[in-house]
Amino acid sequence: MPLAAWFARSQPQAGAPGLRALGVGAEEWRSVMRDVQRASGRLLALWASRDAQSDTVHALVLAGSQGLHITLALREPQASYPGIEDLFPAAARLQRALRDLSGVDAVDPDRRPWLRHACWPQGYRPLIDAPVPPPATAVVDQYEFVRVGGEGVHEIAVGPVHAGTIEPGHFRFSVVGEKVLRLEERLGYTHKGIEQHFARLPILTGHRLAARICGDSTVAYSWAYVQALEAMAAVEVPRRSTWLRALCLELERLANHLGDLGALGNDAGFAFGLSQFSRLKELLLRATQAALGSRYLMDVIVPGGTHCDLADPGAAQLAQCVRMLAAATAQLRTIYDEHEGLRDRFAGAGTVTPDLAARLGLIGLAGRASGQRFDVRVDLPCGPYPDLAPVTCARLEGDVAARVAVRFDEVQESCRLIHEILANLPGGMHRAAMAVPPAGATGIGLIEGWRGPVMLALQAGEAGAIHRCHPHDPSWQNWPVIEHAIIGNIVPDFPLINKSFNLAYSGHDL
Amino acid sequence: MTPMALITQLLQIVSALAAAPLFIGWVNQCRAWLGNRSAPSVWLPYRSLRKLFHKEAVIAEGASPLFRVTPYVVFGAMTLAAAIIPSMGTRLPLTLAADAIALVGLLATARVFQSLAAIDIGTAFGTLGARREMMVGFLAEPALLMVIFVASLISATTALPAIAESLATRSFGLYPSLAFTAVAFTMVLLAENARIPIDNPATHLELTMIHEAQLLEYSARHLALMEWAAALKLFNYACIGFALFVPWGVSTRAGGPAALFASIPLLALKLMVAGAALAVIETVSAKLRVFRAPEFLGFAFVFAVLGLLVHLLLGA
Repeated sequence: MPLAAWFARSQPQAGAPGLRALGVGAEEWRSVMRDVQRASGRLLALWASRDAQSDTVHALVLAGSQGLHITLALREPQASYPGIEDLFPAAARLQRALRDLSGVDAVDPDRRPWLRHACWPQGYRPLIDAPVPPPATAVVDQYEFVRVGGEGVHEIAVGPVHAGTIEPGHFRFSVVGEKVLRLEERLGYTHKGIEQHFARLPILTGHRLAARICGDSTVAYSWAYVQALEAMAAVEVPRRSTWLRALCLELERLANHLGDLGALGNDAGFAFGLSQFSRLKELLLRATQAALGSRYLMDVIVPGGTHCDLADPGAAQLAQCVRMLAAATAQLRTIYDEHEGLRDRFAGAGTVTPDLAARLGLIGLAGRASGQRFDVRVDLPCGPYPDLAPVTCARLEGDVAARVAVRFDEVQESCRLIHEILANLPGGMHRAAMAVPPAGATGIGLIEGWRGPVMLALQAGEAGAIHRCHPHDPSWQNWPVIEHAIIGNIVPDFPLINKSFNLAYSGHDL
Repeated sequence: MTPMALITQLLQIVSALAAAPLFIGWVNQCRAWLGNRSAPSVWLPYRSLRKLFHKEAVIAEGASPLFRVTPYVVFGAMTLAAAIIPSMGTRLPLTLAADAIALVGLLATARVFQSLAAIDIGTAFGTLGARREMMVGFLAEPALLMVIFVASLISATTALPAIAESLATRSFGLYPSLAFTAVAFTMVLLAENARIPIDNPATHLELTMIHEAQLLEYSARHLALMEWAAALKLFNYACIGFALFVPWGVSTRAGGPAALFASIPLLALKLMVAGAALAVIETVSAKLRVFRAPEFLGFAFVFAVLGLLVHLLLGA
């Protein structure tokens, strides 16, 4: 069946613009996914929910220029559903996480746990079952890594505790000498039960938890939450507030890109880059605090609008700071580009070809560096983005140098967008009154965070409660790609390659 | 052994032990200034050593006695090396026992022990670091020997104090051969002391480490000795460089106590300049890919050989 036929069957979906909802049966699940895949679609998220004793598997896919929220209602509780790992490799870990948290089972071959680290017993479903006391005796966590055989092959186990103060993740390298034959990641060490905690919160204050899912993407997550919530409650937010939200989102992108560019220089042994970019980032954070009252913009976005308005001395300072940043970054870019040592480290390291990226479903910033021209701000624009006409910054090389170049391009683009927003900010209110959405309403927020598209699916419960809230970080799609990017590279280049993706642990593990 | 020789010998050992952490502190300070950062105190390395000496030592499970002995062996080797490098005076009784080639062997002994200890505890990082250290070492040693041969040919001896004295006391002349070997020596110094572009002393990324990876399992006094030995190694290398390329100012056999004491401020000045130059090199370069290290050291060897050829062909 062509994609258009599926869209003809679909209903409008509340939430981000350009989304449709489609309910399918178990026998159609794989055929709709195959059609999406054939039309070069992408899997954006996969999650499960339970209403009145029946489980539903949800998927958000991007097909053409529209998003499709596909739901598969399982006939009996705990039934298994057909896996889609062969169509979308990124689904493999998502399906394993679904089994760990919701107890719904895909029929794909990899049956190892993903988020469950022996912290709860096998078969216990944290999102459904009542809380159980922790096991009296510590259970040994057994996880089968894939072994690589052959002469001279040995394993290097790195993490989850690292030499620096960074987030925990385990990386198992199979190497010959310095050359990496295979890398296998194991994540889930920062699983905090965020989805369970959402279900205990009133729906009108959930944005505060959403803002804390992943600190470096606090704006993207809180906007995705309120986008879903406002659509469910049919609240029209003032235009001024959406422009202010876009300003916050671009400031967040700018701050993260500046930090990353410095850290990438430092990881290549070029400490000058780190000190310069750290200085620029700090100046931006201070200007942000002066203008919007918060360095990292946590809790600035609230249901109905923004927490604070932008007033003039702060706005003028911000404009001046961003103008200075654009000039300084352009200058630093020349230094990075002309530095022979840096060029040698960046070029050709951790290459993901556009073909591989398309097959594995690489998205976001890393995807754009590998020719995957998808940007929610351009393809499914919300708020002021249709007026602002952002430009997709993309490359085809797919190596560390390309990811650095995309960051440099996006810094300039974000600076331009910030100037546009500050110059054309509509007047009026910055916050509207908020209403509680009706029970059972569902909404999906989709926002292009600095790392890639952040999705948040929300389902209202009775009397202003949250029935189910599922946040999805683009890191889910991109973590498995690092395993491919490192193949054939040498062990000491891994930290640099990993940094060039800079994926989330907290947003992934939840 | 004259009392003057004894005093020179003791003064040299004590001042090397005392000044080595200060030299590291100075390099770190210069690096911070060049990176537009506010600099840590030059005394910071002493405070870290004091802190480490006051901590309780933890030894990895399954570590053999080799692991415990290594810090003392490495520290001892570096102290002995400091004794036979003419940093202040050339009248050194201990150099009768060891010439420049033995010095290279002494440095190699320290390396072998350090690598064996890193492999001994059986962690992936220690083995990784030891393997890389050996790769750097086996390429750096020939280059260093070649540098020393050039200086030996000029002064017709392999005893380092005699080389320094001969170079310092002859009438001033330009030696193109020494210019080539000076470049080679600088490259060897960077590689052997785990500096950028071969290794990054400031990194926390285990997978990229060479020197630091071998020390990951050391703690307290063992770590303090290893850190101190690393500082001594850098100090020693700087002093070898001074002896070969800027020997003026060391107190010679003819000099009395006045010359010996005059050499102290001069050595301090040389170290300040060398430390600042090292910081400049480290600031403007990025770290090389590990597999480019052989290329880098290959160049060092070629430069040293060029120096040798220039000396043989031009006699200068």
